[in-house]
Amino acid sequence: MSAPFPASGLCLKVDNLGLERGGRSLIQGLGFELASGQALLVRGANGAGKTTLLRTLAGLLPLQSGQIHFSGSAWEQECSLAVQSHYVGHAEALKGALSAKENLEFWALMLGGSAGAGLSCTAALESLAIRHALDIPAAYLSAGQKRRLALARLLVAPRPLWILDEPFTALDQQAQSQLRKMIEEHLAQGGLMIASTHVALGLAGTRELYLGERS
Amino acid sequence: MSSNLSPVLMSLFIREVRLARRIGGGGAMGLVFFLILVSITPFAIGPDLNLLARIGPSILWIAALLATLLGLDRLFQADQEDGSLDLLRMSQAPLELIVLTKCLAHWTVTGLPLIIAAPIFGLMLALEPEALTGVTLTLLVGTPALTCLGAMGAALTASIRRGGLLMAILVLPLCVPVLIFGISAAAAASDAVASFTSPFLMLCALTLLSLLAAPFAAAAALRALSD
Repeated sequence: MSAPFPASGLCLKVDNLGLERGGRSLIQGLGFELASGQALLVRGANGAGKTTLLRTLAGLLPLQSGQIHFSGSAWEQECSLAVQSHYVGHAEALKGALSAKENLEFWALMLGGSAGAGLSCTAALESLAIRHALDIPAAYLSAGQKRRLALARLLVAPRPLWILDEPFTALDQQAQSQLRKMIEEHLAQGGLMIASTHVALGLAGTRELYLGERS
Repeated sequence: MSSNLSPVLMSLFIREVRLARRIGGGGAMGLVFFLILVSITPFAIGPDLNLLARIGPSILWIAALLATLLGLDRLFQADQEDGSLDLLRMSQAPLELIVLTKCLAHWTVTGLPLIIAAPIFGLMLALEPEALTGVTLTLLVGTPALTCLGAMGAALTASIRRGGLLMAILVLPLCVPVLIFGISAAAAASDAVASFTSPFLMLCALTLLSLLAAPFAAAAALRALSD
C-alpha cells in the first residue's frame, strides 16, 4: 500500500483569518501553523466560533479575510485544501435507507477516489467495532454507532488533514479510546489534525487554540 | 490522487437510484401521480373523444411537467440536511459533475418511467398512433430539460424547509419554452400541415442548453448556501 500522502513536510499556515457568522464578526486576526504530525485542539465557549473556523478551513464557508495555505503536498497545485481534508461534523452524512457498508463504500469512492489506498470498508468497520452492523440500514443504528460509522470514513479514504468537530460526541469509553488511537496513528503517519472538543485528548505535543474570552 | 472520475460518479449514480427505489417517492410515485392527472382530465372535460384526442398531447406534457417537479425539491435538500452535501463538496469530483450525475439519476428514476408509460396513458386520451409516437418522442427529448431546470430551483431552495412550492414558482416560468416547443412538436406529429421538425429541433436545442447551463447554475447556488 503506497503512502497516500508524504510522511513529513506538510504545513498548514493560517494567516490573519477573520471569521464572520450572520454578519457578526466572531474572530479577527487569527493565525497559526501546523506541520506534519501535529494536532491542534480548538477550544472556546459555545458560540465562540469553533465550528465556523473548522468549516471555513474545510472550504465549506467562504473565507471572509486572511489566507489559508497548505504546502508540501504533491497535489498542492491541482487540489484545494477541501479535497485534502476530512470533515466530520455534527451531521453524520449517512443515508438511513442504505446499509452501513453501502454508506461507507460510497464515501470511500467519493472521498478517496478510485485508487483505493485506504482500509477496506469491512476492516474499517472492524476496527471501530461495528462490523456486526455491516448490513443494517443506517436508520436503525444508535447515535454512537452512527458516529462510529462517520469516523470510519477517516480510515477508508486517506487524506492528510483531519478536521473533526466534537468527534467524541455520543461515543462510549471504548470508542473514545479507539478514536484516540486512530488519531495517534494518523499523526504518526505524518497527518495533521484540527479538532474542537471539550474532552481532554491526552495526546503529547497537542497544541491548543482558545477562541474568544479565555475563562 | 486518482484523476479517474468515472467510478466516483458511477457510485453516486448508483447511490441515488438505490435511495430513490428504497425510500419511494421516486419512480413509482411520479408514475402514479402522472396516471392520476391523466385519468382525472376526462372527468373534468367530459367524454368527448375528439376533444380529448386534440388536447391529449398537452395533457400528457403538463402531467409530465408536474410529475417531474414532484420530488425534485428533495434533490439537494436531503443531502443538505444530513451533511452529505458538505462532503460532496469536498470530493475531488467537481460539484458541476456531481449535480449533473444527480440530475441524470433523478431523470432515470422519474423521467424514464413516464416516457415508457406515456403511450399507454395516451391511449386513455384516445390519441392516434402518430400522436402517441410524437408525444413519446418529445417527452424523451424534453424531460431532461425539465429535470435540469428543476435542479436549479432545487439548489436555490435547498436550505429552505418546505421549499417545494417556492421551487415550483421559480422553475415553472422557466419551463414555458420547453412546454411550448414540446407540445407544438407533439401536436404536429398527427397534423398533416404543421411541421414537426422545426419545433422538435428547438426542443433539442433547449434541452442541450439546459444540460449545459443548469449544472453550473445549480453548483453556484449550492456553493452560495450558508447554513
